[in-house]
Amino acid sequence: MAFTPEEYNKMSQKASPNSKSYKNIPMAFLIGGLVCALGQGLMILYQNAGLEKDTASTAVSVSLVFLSVLLTGLNVYDNIAKVAGAGTLVPITGFANAMASPALEFKSEGFILGLGAKMFIIAGPVIVYGISASILYGLIIYLFRLY
Amino acid sequence: MAQRKGKYTIVFDDPPMIKSSAAIGSKKEAQGPLKHIFDVINEDSYFGQATWEKAESRMQQDTVTKALEKGQLSASQVDCVFAGDLLNQCVGSTYGLRDLGMPFVGLYGACSTMAESLMVCSVFLEAGAIQRGVAVTSSHFCTAERQYRFPLEYGGQRTPTAQWTATASGAAVLEKGDCPPFIRACTVGTIEDLGVTDANNMGAAMAPAAAMTIKHFFEDTKTNGDNYDLIITGDLGKVGTRLLRELLLQDGYNIEHAHTDCGLILYDMDKQDVHAGASGCGCSASVMCGHFIPLIKSGKLNNVLFVATGALLSPTVVQQGESIACIAHLIYLSSQKEGGRV
Repeated sequence: MAFTPEEYNKMSQKASPNSKSYKNIPMAFLIGGLVCALGQGLMILYQNAGLEKDTASTAVSVSLVFLSVLLTGLNVYDNIAKVAGAGTLVPITGFANAMASPALEFKSEGFILGLGAKMFIIAGPVIVYGISASILYGLIIYLFRLY
Repeated sequence: MAQRKGKYTIVFDDPPMIKSSAAIGSKKEAQGPLKHIFDVINEDSYFGQATWEKAESRMQQDTVTKALEKGQLSASQVDCVFAGDLLNQCVGSTYGLRDLGMPFVGLYGACSTMAESLMVCSVFLEAGAIQRGVAVTSSHFCTAERQYRFPLEYGGQRTPTAQWTATASGAAVLEKGDCPPFIRACTVGTIEDLGVTDANNMGAAMAPAAAMTIKHFFEDTKTNGDNYDLIITGDLGKVGTRLLRELLLQDGYNIEHAHTDCGLILYDMDKQDVHAGASGCGCSASVMCGHFIPLIKSGKLNNVLFVATGALLSPTVVQQGESIACIAHLIYLSSQKEGGRV
């Protein structure tokens, strides 16, 4: 048995089934679309209730985050996400779940070193690089006087 | 005294016997086809405890207690317990066995721990260092997920090559005597690494280790797949099983007719959504202790090779770009104390 890692890599790729994209992609489209449609529905509702467009869109984000966190706490979110994939990961619901699930998981290690510290274990990089990118973007706009 | 045969294999002159064994599982294990092999099924995956780690410790403690009870023994009659699990610092074993007052040897071999603990315990017995020992290991889906992967409620999709860590534990009581099954020989595995870095494809990572250990044993004993009723690997799952058979075939050993994998039989592969199969120390430990050891005891199986496979995975080192080093240890079990294949 004298295989090089490259030869074995070819062998194991042949033996390893790929993700079922023919199922995953349409499901992500469908459920991701439903989340967006729900957001749009809430937007119309809030605007009809008398909120300004900006305030209404913030309220929509807050509502979707709340729903996502609630479903995470009720142990339902991961079951939906198992089918939806990127459909629940990409919208703001995915971010909320990425914060809520470690918070739930690590509260057994205490509120400070467990919940407080580990809450950012998945979403942390998104925040760090999101803010870094926005600063960079802001600098470019400022320096080249695009604003 | 234990004799060395060939380069890698240890053959026992006065083979230790397995006096009793026990297996404990949880809800998902009870929904699978091997429901009947468990001595205790605890539907509550917290095992009445406050945290997942405590649950795993409790499960391991209960398994040892059950195995001793089946052998009509108490903890004070055990000279040494050999135990390990998947968690950092092996806390499943440490805290699970804390209250039993038995001398303790902690082992880490990832999912190969059941074979490793049986092997070490057998050598201690053969050397006369102990008169009676216990080999035990466990794994818990929830402790493994939080240590190696994501929080339980995180909404992610598992890849088709991913395996499901079994919430299960197995324990065996070993001593000198004349009742089968006997541990006739063992082969200490070598660390194998063919560059697999995907932590969601442990089967592919572990297959070369299993193939190498089986090959070493066949060469040392001048036997092959036809000489055994069953060759049982630990938790290679669908991908690893296929690769193991291919790798051994390249070396001229066809084991297909005699090979099975605990990771393929613990759960219903079609209905239980476990992707490539079961994994974890508790997978092979419970299937061996609850299913195959009793079958050898009753004489339904005579010559069996148990090859537990372990991915010695550290998330830290893999994040630093290392590949997954793996190991497999082999135990030759027989219903006869003499004769046989060694």
